[in-house]
Amino acid sequence: MKRRDFLKASLGGGAALLGAGAAGARGNLEPTEDAVGMLYDSTLCIGCKACVSKCKEVNEMPPTPLGDETQWDSAHDLSPQTLNVIKVYSEGKGDVKDQVKDGYAFEKRSCMHCVDPGCVSVCPVTAMRRNPKTGIVTHHPDACIGCRTCMVGCPYNVPQFDYDNPFGQIHKCQMCNQAGVERIDNGGMTGCAEVCPTGATLFGSRTALLEEAKRRMALKPGETYNYPRGDVRNPNSHHEKAVPEYEQHIWGEKEAGGTNVMHISSIPFDKLGMPPLQERSYASISESVQHTLYSYMALPAVALAGLTYVVRRNTDDDEGDDS
Amino acid sequence: MSAYQPLKRPVVTLPFLVLGVVALIGTYYLAQRFIHGMGIVTNLNGGYAWGVWVVYDVVVGTALACGGYALAITVYIMNKGKYHPLMRPALLASLLGYGLGGIGAMIDMGRWWQFYNIFTPWHMNFNSVMLEVGLCVATYILVLCIEFAPTLLEKIGAQGLIKALNKVLFIFIALGVLLPTMHQSSLGSMLIAMGWKVHPLWQSLQLQPLLAILTALTMGFAVVVFEASFSTVGFRRPSETPLLAGLGKGIVGLIAAYLAVRFGEILFNGKLGLIFAGDLGSLMFLLETALFVFPLVVLSSAKYRGHGPLLLWASVSMLFAGSLYRFNAFLITYNPGPGYSYFPSVPELMVTAGMVALEIMAYLFVVKKFPVLHDAKHA
Repeated sequence: MKRRDFLKASLGGGAALLGAGAAGARGNLEPTEDAVGMLYDSTLCIGCKACVSKCKEVNEMPPTPLGDETQWDSAHDLSPQTLNVIKVYSEGKGDVKDQVKDGYAFEKRSCMHCVDPGCVSVCPVTAMRRNPKTGIVTHHPDACIGCRTCMVGCPYNVPQFDYDNPFGQIHKCQMCNQAGVERIDNGGMTGCAEVCPTGATLFGSRTALLEEAKRRMALKPGETYNYPRGDVRNPNSHHEKAVPEYEQHIWGEKEAGGTNVMHISSIPFDKLGMPPLQERSYASISESVQHTLYSYMALPAVALAGLTYVVRRNTDDDEGDDS
Repeated sequence: MSAYQPLKRPVVTLPFLVLGVVALIGTYYLAQRFIHGMGIVTNLNGGYAWGVWVVYDVVVGTALACGGYALAITVYIMNKGKYHPLMRPALLASLLGYGLGGIGAMIDMGRWWQFYNIFTPWHMNFNSVMLEVGLCVATYILVLCIEFAPTLLEKIGAQGLIKALNKVLFIFIALGVLLPTMHQSSLGSMLIAMGWKVHPLWQSLQLQPLLAILTALTMGFAVVVFEASFSTVGFRRPSETPLLAGLGKGIVGLIAAYLAVRFGEILFNGKLGLIFAGDLGSLMFLLETALFVFPLVVLSSAKYRGHGPLLLWASVSMLFAGSLYRFNAFLITYNPGPGYSYFPSVPELMVTAGMVALEIMAYLFVVKKFPVLHDAKHA
C-alpha cells in the first residue's frame, strides 16, 4: 500500500500524460488579432545587405568588421550586435541564382516572431512577451535573469546573449517597435523592409502578407509580376520582374504554429538552414505536460498530503530508536 | 550518546590540500567571469547557450545529489528502518550537491544581480518549466538544511532545539520526497521545449519527465551505494555490503522500468534505426545503454550483489549511465544546427572542477568534525 502510494504520487502523473487529451493540454496558439509581420522572398533578394545596415542604425549597433576592414558590415550570423543578417546558400560552382545545383541563394535570418513563441513559453520571469495586439515578440532586460532558456527554447537560435559584457543582456529583433523606436506604433514599418530596394523584405499585416505569398505561389514561372516594395498594404512603389519557379511552401504559415515573419524561395528550406519543424509547437507540448502535472497544484498537494501521512506514521514507529 | 560519531581523523591531509589547489584555480577563473563576462572564461555561443556549468553543475550534479531523496523514500516511505544509518551521509552529500547546483546556476546566470526576479510573483511565468525548477530547487535546498540541522545541533548540544525540530521534521521529510520528484522530472521536461535540437534518440517529448525521474532515482540509489562502499574503503570502516545489497534489489526494478520506457518509446516512434546509424548519437546511445545494463546484470544476481567490489562497480556504472543520459540529451548530441559547435574551455572546466573540489572538501570536513557517519558498534 505504501509503495503504491509513492508510485502513484511520483509516477502517476507521468503515466497520466500517456493518455491523449489530458487535463491542461493545449494546442498551438493562434495569431493575434492585428498581427504584423514580414514576408521575405529569397528570389527577390540581391544580397545588398541594406537591411543589415539599416537594422544596425535603428538599433544603434556597430558594424561587424572583416579582419581590419570596417568599410561594410561583414556579419556572418546573428550576434548581440547583429539582429538581422543575410546569409548565402552556395552549391558546386555556385553561379546560378536560386538553383539548387551549382547555384546560390540568399536567406534572411532574424527573429521570426513566432505565433506560439518558444522563448515566451520557457522564460521563467516573463522577460519575453508576445504583444497581445501586434504579436511582436519583445524582450525586457529589466526582468531577465540571464538564464538563456530562451536561446535553447528558440527553434531558430534567435536570442543572442552578450557573453563578452559582464553586465550583458539578450538581444533580438523587436520589429523596430521597442521603447524609443516604436516605428510600428507610429504607423511606420520595419527598417529592413523600408530600405529593401527589391521588396524582398515586405512589411504588413500577417493576413495581407500570407495572401501575397499565396498569390505568388499561384503565379506561372516566366510570366511578369508587379512586385511591391515597403508595406504590402500600401506599397511605396512596384517593379516588374519575371516570376521564378517558387517552391510551393510558405515557411511560417504552419511551422510550429506559424510565424509572423514568413519566407518563400526557389530552394527547399532545409537547404537554406531552416530547422526541421512539425506543425505542433514544442511550446504547446511543454505547457501541456506542465499544466497536466501542476494543474492548480492539485497533484503535488495530494502527493504531499499522502507523503506526510506515511512519513508521520513511519517516523512514529522509529521513536526512541534514533536521534 | 548518539549512534553517530565524527570521524576522529585530521582534516588537513594531502588529498585535502590538492583539492584546495584545484578550488583556488577555479576561484581565479570565477573571478575573471564576474569581472570580464562569461565570454572570457567559457566557450558558450549563440547556438550552445548552456555548457558544462548548467549541464554538469545543475542537471547532472543535482541528480548525483539525489542520495538523500532516494534514501528518504526507502527509510520513511517504504519504512525500511535498517537503512537509517546511511541517512546522514546521504543527506550531507545531497545538501552539498544541491548547494553546488544552486551556486552553479547563479554563476551561469547572465544577469545574476536580478536573480530575485524569479521569486517575485509579478515576474513569474507559470508556463515555464525553468520557473518550476528554479523555485523547487531553491525550496529543496532549504528543506535539506532543515533535514540536516539535527546533526549540527547535536554537535553544539542543543537538545531542546532537536526535540522541537523532531516534532515537525516529518513535514520536511515529506517535502524532501515531493520536491525532488517535482524538479527532477522537470529537468526532463526542459528538453521538450528544446525541441528538434535534442537528438531524436533523446527527444521523448511527453515521456521526458518520467525518464528524468527514473534516472534521478537510480542515480540517487547508486550514489548511496557508492558513498557507503567508498567510505568503507577510503576510511577503512567496517563493510556495509549486506545493507547495500538490499538497495541493489530496488535498483534493478528501477533500471528495468527505465529501459522498458526508453526502448518502448524508441520502438513505438520508429526510431530504432537511429541506434545503429553509426554516428555520434548511436555510439553514445550504445555506450549509455551498456552502462545501464551492466549494473542490471550484476544486481539481478544475489551472488554478485553480495560481492563488495562488484557492487561498487555496479554503482559507478549506474552513476555514469545516468550522468551520460543527461549529458547526451543536453549537450553531447544536442545540435542547434549548422555553424555552431561547443567544447568546454579549460578555464570553464576548471571552474566546475574547483566547485566539485570545494564540495568534496566540505564533505570531508563535516564528516570529520560532525556526527554524520554511523558508529560501527551501533550498526
